[in-house]
Amino acid sequence: MGHPIVFLILATVAVFAAIGMLTSRNAVHSALYLVLNFCTVAVFYLVLNAPFISMVQITVYAGAIVVLFLFVIMLLGADQLPKASSNGGLQYILAIFATAGLATALILQLSGFGDGTAKPESALDASPEAIGTLLFQDYVFPFEITSLILLVAMMSLIVFKAQKRKKQDG
Amino acid sequence: MTIAQLYIPVAVLFGISIFFALLLPILSKILGPNRPGGRKGEAYESGIVAVGNAQKRLPVKFYRIAILFILFDIDIIFLFPYAIAMKKLGLFGLWSMLIFVVIFVLGDIWVWKRGVLEWE
Repeated sequence: MGHPIVFLILATVAVFAAIGMLTSRNAVHSALYLVLNFCTVAVFYLVLNAPFISMVQITVYAGAIVVLFLFVIMLLGADQLPKASSNGGLQYILAIFATAGLATALILQLSGFGDGTAKPESALDASPEAIGTLLFQDYVFPFEITSLILLVAMMSLIVFKAQKRKKQDG
Repeated sequence: MTIAQLYIPVAVLFGISIFFALLLPILSKILGPNRPGGRKGEAYESGIVAVGNAQKRLPVKFYRIAILFILFDIDIIFLFPYAIAMKKLGLFGLWSMLIFVVIFVLGDIWVWKRGVLEWE
């Protein structure tokens, strides 16, 4: 995938952004670290021959979803977190087990790529045109379902509004 | 040409913009006169004396607009691959897109009629 140096730089940035997001005590800073992480992931998609997914990552995730996160943070006034209260030893033990399990799964999965059988770069055509053809021909039904899901989101807006109006009347 | 090579101009542009974004503040810091203190450190709010914290809680109406923004964002995301593959897809693609857009617009009209877009 791409150039190994590009990957190494981006991987470092992505990992540090993720760590920064988790450890930052200011929720707004966490959201900004998340933007950085999303942007590096977008470049990963780009070097994996998926320009459309990359741009979706930036417009939907780094753009819209983070805007939503920031609004929730500011809605709740939760931008300053109190000092974290740890559940003591149990939390650490569970975290160690979960991390070890994830690491084992990753290593087992990735070790299969060394034998040259897996060719992720040439496996599929992810150009916008190919995605469009697939989406509107083979997967047309799931695509139409998406519009219904968007409709449900709009209904949530109306419910939001109706509740507020009721409160004002009473 | 691989995809990474195609994006070299983008990377160069990105590098140049980072360079200038760093260079100009540093230059103005070095070359400009620097006398901090007093009123200069305060936030400027149309000449009115600043009160309270800038990071206060926002009303929920902003959140409603943010949700609408996401919905339109996703709508655009689907229109984009359709626009590129339109000729190839023919009439079937047109109908599938039309059904999607009609459902979406009906939802929009509903939202509009119920007064979600009103800013009170």
